[in-house]
Amino acid sequence: MAEPLLSVRDLRIAFPSPAGLVEAVRGVSFNVGREKLGIVGESGSGKSMTGRALLKLTPKAAQVTAARLDFAGIDLNAASERRMRGIRGGRISMIMQDPKYSLNPLMRVGSQIAEACRLHQRVGAREAAAKSLAMLEAVHIREPKRVFDLYPHEVSGGMGQRIMIAMMLVTGPDLIIADEPTSALDVTVRRQVLSILDELVTQQGAGLIFISHDLNLVAEFCDRVLVMYAGRIVEELHARDLHAARHPYTQALLRSLPRLEAPVSQLAVPTRDPAWRDGPTYRLEASS
Amino acid sequence: MKMVAPPALEVAGLDIIFGHGAKANHAVQDVSFRVESGGAFGLIGESGSGKSTVLRAVSGLNTHYHGDILLHRQVLPPVRDKGFFRRTQMVFQDPYASLHPRKMVNQVLLEPLIIHKLGRPQQRVDEVLDAVGLDPSFRFRYPHQLSGGQRQRVAIARCLILEPEILLLDEPTSALDVSVQAEILNLLHRLRSERRLTYVMVSHDLAVVAHLCERIAIMNGGKFVEELSVGDLRAGRATQPYSQALLAATHYRPASPEEVTV
Ligand SMILES: Nc1ncnc2c1ncn2[C@@H]1O[C@H](COP(=O)(O)OP(=O)(O)O)[C@@H](O)[C@H]1O
Ligand SMILES: Nc1ncnc2c1ncn2[C@@H]1O[C@H](COP(=O)(O)OP(=O)(O)O)[C@@H](O)[C@H]1O
Ligand SMILES: [Mg+2]
Ligand SMILES: [Mg+2]
Repeated sequence: MAEPLLSVRDLRIAFPSPAGLVEAVRGVSFNVGREKLGIVGESGSGKSMTGRALLKLTPKAAQVTAARLDFAGIDLNAASERRMRGIRGGRISMIMQDPKYSLNPLMRVGSQIAEACRLHQRVGAREAAAKSLAMLEAVHIREPKRVFDLYPHEVSGGMGQRIMIAMMLVTGPDLIIADEPTSALDVTVRRQVLSILDELVTQQGAGLIFISHDLNLVAEFCDRVLVMYAGRIVEELHARDLHAARHPYTQALLRSLPRLEAPVSQLAVPTRDPAWRDGPTYRLEASS
Repeated sequence: MKMVAPPALEVAGLDIIFGHGAKANHAVQDVSFRVESGGAFGLIGESGSGKSTVLRAVSGLNTHYHGDILLHRQVLPPVRDKGFFRRTQMVFQDPYASLHPRKMVNQVLLEPLIIHKLGRPQQRVDEVLDAVGLDPSFRFRYPHQLSGGQRQRVAIARCLILEPEILLLDEPTSALDVSVQAEILNLLHRLRSERRLTYVMVSHDLAVVAHLCERIAIMNGGKFVEELSVGDLRAGRATQPYSQALLAATHYRPASPEEVTV
């Protein structure tokens, strides 16, 4: 494999609690190239904290350490907050699950996208506005000119999500961290959003970290998948081999899905084995 | 001869328009359906098709609608009374927005009990936490100390604690991981038969809707395109072109360029 875009080694994130430090992420290591890397796992397994740590956006209380956190030759571990502000939303963009946290309620959506564009690329107001309008079109917003002048509360949830995606992609980032970007969207809109992300990876050579709880989605959309459990990576797979997962946790997740063609009255709920917390990680052969 | 159960809930000719004049948006157009007592009715459709707007009108959150909404054959006034809000509870899509950030779980669960003057409050809190699979220690957590799945369980617990008759579920599992989704769907399935609950559920996930609902309506542009049984949905027996396209779009591959333009 060529030099990876992002390289993470032994990432650990802990929170202080009355009972002492609680480790939410416990020694996570992975590389991302110009590919679609999926991260799946149940809520609380540390997916979002892992994604946020890459941009130093973990909550204030979090204690983050990593043996290595390299992005395209930049040591993120050592980067100042000022340097991070230049990287965030510029070379690395994060698409959050909930547009409410990323859109400013007091600003028209078009102006917000244009501002993101001007902040990270040296373009004038007119060019930024034109790029923003084009981006709204690219995320398949109907009547982009009308939507440009709306406030966030005036758009539906699915549209808000696409507007945020437009804002995150208008700067042409090298790495996109998408945290549950489509979980609130309906099937057809979801496929459009996936197409936009797919285009960025395949046509512009960006890297994508796609965090999701949806195994089917990840299996069909991503190239490679990391399965997280209790703050660790327990399995790494080629997406096309997800059905042949080896870890009992991954297998249990697959069995818990409702399926249109196979009705059941009770879904299989994964039981958890305490041994998984510190048990083996099933890695791909070629991987480091 | 099959007995037709009386409808617990009926929606007749529902029309909802947002805005006025040139800006008017006819978000719901002539929508009608009925759900029998103990039944489960599903609504699917793309974002913006009006599913949440239908649910909000039924729930009493939006009082500006035309047409009739009936509970046990009684037409409801648009502005509902307190009793209605106890019998009908809504679970929202977004477990982040639906919990007050500065209220502990205990307070979140006690408040509806105080409003509706129900006894044995602490016992009910413990029972309902157990029913949604949360340890009693969760009473003393704030929302930011909970994962998304845990928040949604608290949101469902807050509804259940009033022992409602009808649950309106707006994408209740779409923000949850699959293992929690399975637990919540099993929970909703079990609660429905144990407590004879009536459900109206909105979801973009056909498999999720099919898991819980026996009747399913497909919405597009504010209208019902088609209503069908879960058996017909599973077998792909939709009759309208739009429904057929929606059923075909349940794959997660990126859409091809021709499919993308809307
Ligand atoms: N502010 C916080 N204080 C204490 N614990 C937290 C805080 N934020 C997150 N956590 C804990 O960190 C763990 C990982 O959370 P997260 O990365 O959000 O999980 P995921 O995205 O996989 O659902 C969870 O167990 C959560 O309880
Ligand atoms: N409070 C509101 N004010 C104005 N328009 C609204 C409001 N709520 C919803 N709408 C509009 O109604 C339509 C249907 O929205 P919604 O019911 O949220 O769709 P769905 O739940 O199917 O995604 C959309 O065009 C949306 O913009
Ligand atoms: Mg998360
Ligand atoms: Mg909705």
